[in-house]
Amino acid sequence: MKVNFTVNGRAHTLTLDTRTSLLDALRDHLGLAGTKKGCDHGQCGACTVLVNGARMNACLSLAVARDGDEIVTIEGLGSDGALHPLQEAFVRHDGFQCGYCTPGQICSAVGMLAEIAHGVPSAAMVDVAAVPQVNGAEVRERMSGNICRCSAYPNIVAAIMDVQEASR
Amino acid sequence: MKAFTYERPRSVAGALEAMDRPDAAFLAGGTNLVDLMRLDIEQPSHLVDISHLPLRGIDETPEGGLRIGALVTNTELAADDRVRQRYPMMSMALLNGASGQLRNQATTAGNLLQRTRCPYFYDVAMPCNKRQPGSGCSAITGFNRMHAILGASQACIAVHPSDMAVAAAALRANVEVQGRSGKSRTLPIADLHRLPGEQPERDTTLAAGELITALLLPPPPAGRQIYRKVRDRASFAFALVSVAALVNAPNGQVHQARLALGGVAHKPWVPADVEGDLAGAGAQSSAFDAAGRAVVREAQTFGHNDFKVPLTQRLVAQTLAELAGG
Repeated sequence: MKVNFTVNGRAHTLTLDTRTSLLDALRDHLGLAGTKKGCDHGQCGACTVLVNGARMNACLSLAVARDGDEIVTIEGLGSDGALHPLQEAFVRHDGFQCGYCTPGQICSAVGMLAEIAHGVPSAAMVDVAAVPQVNGAEVRERMSGNICRCSAYPNIVAAIMDVQEASR
Repeated sequence: MKAFTYERPRSVAGALEAMDRPDAAFLAGGTNLVDLMRLDIEQPSHLVDISHLPLRGIDETPEGGLRIGALVTNTELAADDRVRQRYPMMSMALLNGASGQLRNQATTAGNLLQRTRCPYFYDVAMPCNKRQPGSGCSAITGFNRMHAILGASQACIAVHPSDMAVAAAALRANVEVQGRSGKSRTLPIADLHRLPGEQPERDTTLAAGELITALLLPPPPAGRQIYRKVRDRASFAFALVSVAALVNAPNGQVHQARLALGGVAHKPWVPADVEGDLAGAGAQSSAFDAAGRAVVREAQTFGHNDFKVPLTQRLVAQTLAELAGG
C-alpha cells in the first residue's frame, strides 16, 4: 500500500505492507536507524519520535495510519557539528551510558518541554488546574515513558533542566 | 501479525458501513490494538482507521456538562481547562495513566475500550477464557497479585485497566454510541463494561460494529474531588487499587459522596449503597471507615491479591476523610 509522509522535512512515498510499523518504516525502509527498537510494545520509549509535533511511540503506529503526517526523528533535530541543545546537554551532563535509549530520550524531552510550554499538566502537580512548572519532580514524572536500563536518570534530568533554564 | 487490509473512511457513516467486512476492526490511536495484533491476540482482517473522523471536539452541553468527542486524545482531554477546573478527578486519572507518548496517541473511546493487562491474556501459550473461550483461567491458580477482588467469576478474574473510565464512572458519565442504522443511543458508563460471568471474552455490551462517538459528562457535581492511584512504581504503571472520589460536606455533614474504584474488578467498580449510606452522615472518620469496610464486604481473593482488601478499605476511608476534611 502507498504511504506519503514527511520525515525531517523531506517528503517520502513508500510502498509498504500494511503491517509495517512507523518504526520499521523509518529504520528499514528509509535507513534512519537513529530511532531505536527496544521493547516493540510501547513500554520503553526507545522508539519515541515527533508526529505533527507530539511525541509518540513509533512502534505502536502503523505506517499506513501516518499517511499525510509530519514526522521528526533524532536525525532531524541535529547533525554532526550542529547539535540540538538537548543533544549538547546530554553530552555535557553524561546523560547516558550505552546510549541505546538516548535518541528516544531526546525526542521525548523535546516533546515534553513543548507540552509544558503549552500548559499540559502532569500527575506531579498537586493542583491539576495550576500552570505547570519545570522542576526535577515534573521532569521525572513526564519522562517516565522512557526507560534507561543503565539508569542514567540523574544526568538525564540534569541535562533537560539545563536546557530548560537556558531557554528562559 | 496476520495480514489485513486498511481503509480510512471520511465519515462516521462510511466507517460504520466499512465494518460490514468480516473480521473488521476500528483503529484509532492503536496503542493497545496494534500491540495485541503483533501478539496475534487480535487478528482483524480489515482495519477501519477512524482517526481522521470529525470526533475531536470538547463542547459544552446545554445542561452544563461536556461532550467529549471519541477521538479527543488523552493529553488533550487532561489538558482542557474546563476539565481541569470542573472535573479535576478526570484530568488526574488520565495523567496517572500510561506515559506522555501514549497519552498523545491514545483516544477517549480507545481508553474505554482497551483490554485487560492480565499476563495470561497476553501469553498465548497459556489457557485464558477471555482470549480463547472455554480454555480455562490460568490466573485463578496462578500469579494473581494484580487481579480482581470484586465481581469476578470462576471463568475470569481479570481487571479493567483504565484510570479514565474510573473517573468517568464516579462522574456518572454517559457514552454515546452509533450503530449501522445511523441511530445514536446513549448509555450510562456503568452499563458499557460488564462483569465476566460466563462470557469473559466480552468486555462490553456494545454490539458488533457499534462505534462510540462521544463521552458525555453531566454538569460537575459540587464538592471536592480527587483521583488517587496506588501502584508498584511512582509512574507509568497500572493500578493495584485506585479510587475516584468526591465529597461535598460543607458544614460537617455529607450532602453527597461519589465513589468509583479501579484495579479491583472487570469494570470500573461503583460500590452499591455506599454513596447512599454516606449521604446525610456526619463527616467524621467513623462514617468513612464504615464506607471502606462496606466496599470490600463482598470481596473474594485468590492468594497473591489478598492484600488488596485492606488496601482498598483503607484507601477509600482515608481518601473520603481527606476530601471532607477541607
